[in-house]
Amino acid sequence: MMPALALLVTDRLVQLSAVDIAIVVIYFVLVLGIGFYLKRFAKTSEDFFLAGREMTAWVAGLAFVSANLGSLELLGWAGNAYQYGIMAAHWYWIGAIPAMVFLGIVMMPFYYISKTHSVPGYLKLRYGPEASGLSAITFAFMTILMSGVNMYAMAVVMEVVLGWNLHFSIIVSSLTVGVYVAAGGLFSAIFNEVLQFFLIWFGALLIPILGLIETGGWRGMVARIHQNFPGQDFTHLWGPMNSAANNPMGVQWVAIVFGLGASVSMGYWTTDFLVVQRVLSAKDVRSAKLAPIIGSFFKMAVPLIVILPGLLGRAVLPFHLVPANQLQPGQFKYDDVLPLMLARYCGPGLMGLGITALVAGFMAGMAGNVSAFATVWTYDIYRPYLRKDAPDAHYVSMGRWCTIIGLIVSIGTAYLVTRSKSMMDYVQALFGFFIAPLFGTVVMGMLWKRVTRMAGFLGLLAGVVSSVTIFIMMKLDPHWVSVFCFSPLAQPLAQAMWQALWSTLTCVAVTVLVTLITKPRPDAELVGLVYSLTDVPHEEYTNVLHRPVFWAVVSLALFAILQIIFW
Amino acid sequence: MTEKHHIIPVWFFVGVLFLVYGIIIFFSGLAEWSHPPATVLAELHAPVWWGALLTVLGAGYCWLFRPGRT
Repeated sequence: MMPALALLVTDRLVQLSAVDIAIVVIYFVLVLGIGFYLKRFAKTSEDFFLAGREMTAWVAGLAFVSANLGSLELLGWAGNAYQYGIMAAHWYWIGAIPAMVFLGIVMMPFYYISKTHSVPGYLKLRYGPEASGLSAITFAFMTILMSGVNMYAMAVVMEVVLGWNLHFSIIVSSLTVGVYVAAGGLFSAIFNEVLQFFLIWFGALLIPILGLIETGGWRGMVARIHQNFPGQDFTHLWGPMNSAANNPMGVQWVAIVFGLGASVSMGYWTTDFLVVQRVLSAKDVRSAKLAPIIGSFFKMAVPLIVILPGLLGRAVLPFHLVPANQLQPGQFKYDDVLPLMLARYCGPGLMGLGITALVAGFMAGMAGNVSAFATVWTYDIYRPYLRKDAPDAHYVSMGRWCTIIGLIVSIGTAYLVTRSKSMMDYVQALFGFFIAPLFGTVVMGMLWKRVTRMAGFLGLLAGVVSSVTIFIMMKLDPHWVSVFCFSPLAQPLAQAMWQALWSTLTCVAVTVLVTLITKPRPDAELVGLVYSLTDVPHEEYTNVLHRPVFWAVVSLALFAILQIIFW
Repeated sequence: MTEKHHIIPVWFFVGVLFLVYGIIIFFSGLAEWSHPPATVLAELHAPVWWGALLTVLGAGYCWLFRPGRT
């Protein structure tokens, strides 16, 4: 295998030694072996799609946070940290922690008690087939497109960083993911996500450690950044946000608190089935409540291996990185900062570990997408609309075929993206259209029993349509950026926050209006689906440390302390 | 990790991976001790102590979560 790999190598950002290649190959062998080992346990549909609902809080929590720790995120957010400074950490703190705690304490009991297999499944129980169908079809479509984008992104990174052939990366990664997910279903996906979690931490943690040694600690790093980029503030979270003109993102605190914290983050962490599916695999309600809270502690620490390397890049790299669309020969773009820092500090062996962490992150991202796609397709589209009463084994078989077909479609998407690079931006934007309004629909359905079937559907539809409309208006005419974002300086990240906020508000407004003029469902039909009509089973705790709410408070307190430290 | 199925805990696989990686990285660090690579702070010999850390963690996980123990 190694000579074959060596032949595929051309130009590259970093050089892999035989030791590095051995480390990558060992990872592939192990994940395939785990996939074959787990195949024997994925016999029923609950095994295949929900990992038997027997994961501990720790495993479900790590898989939950790991599903969002793919390499696309790592490279992209390290690049964003280089570009925007520590403000990028908002996406890991206010953009995640409150939502994870809310999911664990408020929403998870409903998902779990309703015994749903998916978020569209909950919508079907609460609102009926219209809202569920819209959510399921858009999610399945978007998920498979995202899987293709992930695959393409991995192939490009491998080509730029290692010089690997684009087709080689796509085929090897998709074959590996296809084999282990089709074999073990969600068991395999979760096992691989936990492995990936550890690999990413131990593959990337040396960068901030050695970086801080080189700069003489945090103060030394800040001094170097000020020296390299005088007059610019890259090291404060909230201070520069009183006006859009004071920060490189062109954003005000309102957009971060309400757009990111209350709309995008809540939508993503509480209704995106890719992450929620991991928590649904928990063995009981307490574990399901605890899993996202455990995940929140690890999420809070991720800026150490993502944001800090981006900041260190500002401090120590002897050249300036540039935006991807202004790249000239011999220059590097923002998203290259993590591989550049890896190459700066890591020699043979450690480099292999870092690259394996990136490869594992990409493959776990693909596996997460295809396993979520297989579940939503089988449970929310195939079973209700195409074949209702098939034996359980038939649905397991459908899940396995879906995994393979999903990967083939993903490969097609990856090649489409290679032909049209701008498609990648649009696919990622498309995903954002559905997330924020879906949160409005789900949370209103859980908390207000009066919300009607038609209100749920029309609210969701209005939210999605408003999101798409605002996106198109801002792209076609920059004048609209000032209107929707209250500043012409808003960068794409800031625009996305405002877009999410407006779409959530539209969803909620339409849901309320339609609810008030339509007939509510009888209370008896909503037991187990709405907060005021559901008795959450009483849980016995031996002491306060066993209570999920205690750890939720600790998590929120730590989150608040971080905001103050880096204010 | 599981009750219905007696699956080898995922932590054991984490241990195996870290143990193997730790040993490889530790010895590759020792091999380059006298002629370290052209990386920044190479004089700290990061592969040696990082490899040793991975080896210890991996061995610990393998021992604690070995098949048949849980």
